[in-house]
Amino acid sequence: MAITFDKALGIHEDAVALRSRRAEVIANNIANADTPNFQARDIDFKSILQGVQGAHQGISLLKMMNTNTAHKDTVIHPDYAAELLFRTPMQPSVDGNTVDVQEEMARYTENALGYQASFDFLNRKFKGITSAIKGD
Amino acid sequence: MSLSNIFNIAGSAMSAQTVRLNTTASNMANADSVSSSIGETYRARKPVFELQAPSLEQVTNVDAGLIPGQGVNVAGIIESQAPLRTAYEPSHPLADEKGYVHYPNVNVVEEMADMISASRSFQINAEVMNTAKQMVQRALTLGQ
Repeated sequence: MAITFDKALGIHEDAVALRSRRAEVIANNIANADTPNFQARDIDFKSILQGVQGAHQGISLLKMMNTNTAHKDTVIHPDYAAELLFRTPMQPSVDGNTVDVQEEMARYTENALGYQASFDFLNRKFKGITSAIKGD
Repeated sequence: MSLSNIFNIAGSAMSAQTVRLNTTASNMANADSVSSSIGETYRARKPVFELQAPSLEQVTNVDAGLIPGQGVNVAGIIESQAPLRTAYEPSHPLADEKGYVHYPNVNVVEEMADMISASRSFQINAEVMNTAKQMVQRALTLGQ
């Protein structure tokens, strides 16, 4: 039985990388909370993580939608799917800014917790592998 | 690495909010700086923020779609175009020949609200930076 890091570490390796990217996007939203006409952005964490995971296994889960018979049933490369989406504002503002600082702060904290959780899983896996190698 | 970018992003926001606090302080300090001519009267100053776009080398990167802005930039500081307050004070040493003095167009209540908003934004960005610091510190303990 071959032990590969991909199989051993599972989803958490990609999750940690994506969480740190998302933290950057949300930090940018918070930094621009007072910038006129700035539109808050975020990434679709679930679909990108599925796409990245699928890319590892040779299948991509990011299928394009068929709205016409001429459309090919091909898949999107996860890098192209990894686009920043715009947030739907809860309420309009005079200066065209769509950042809700409280909401962004909540997402940022939630994202940091998710990062910590994935990180702890990774850490345990490494500890498990280490004890398997040492055998004591 | 994107986590270390957060320090730049939150840092740019903190310095932008400091500029805003500085203009507020200047406006408040000069709220009663009267003048005898309209042209010389102090006008309230306001910073204009803009999104700091990612640099060219970052955009040509493969995952360009994942690069958000790189924080906030102070595009410039404008002078308020609100009308000045003119008062009839013939006994004032700076009064013009008709007895009028011109007061700056600083709205002290507005400045106070601006000051609180700037200080809260500064606080939030300091918090963002702190959380990012904890995340990086954790990443350094992997496998220990």
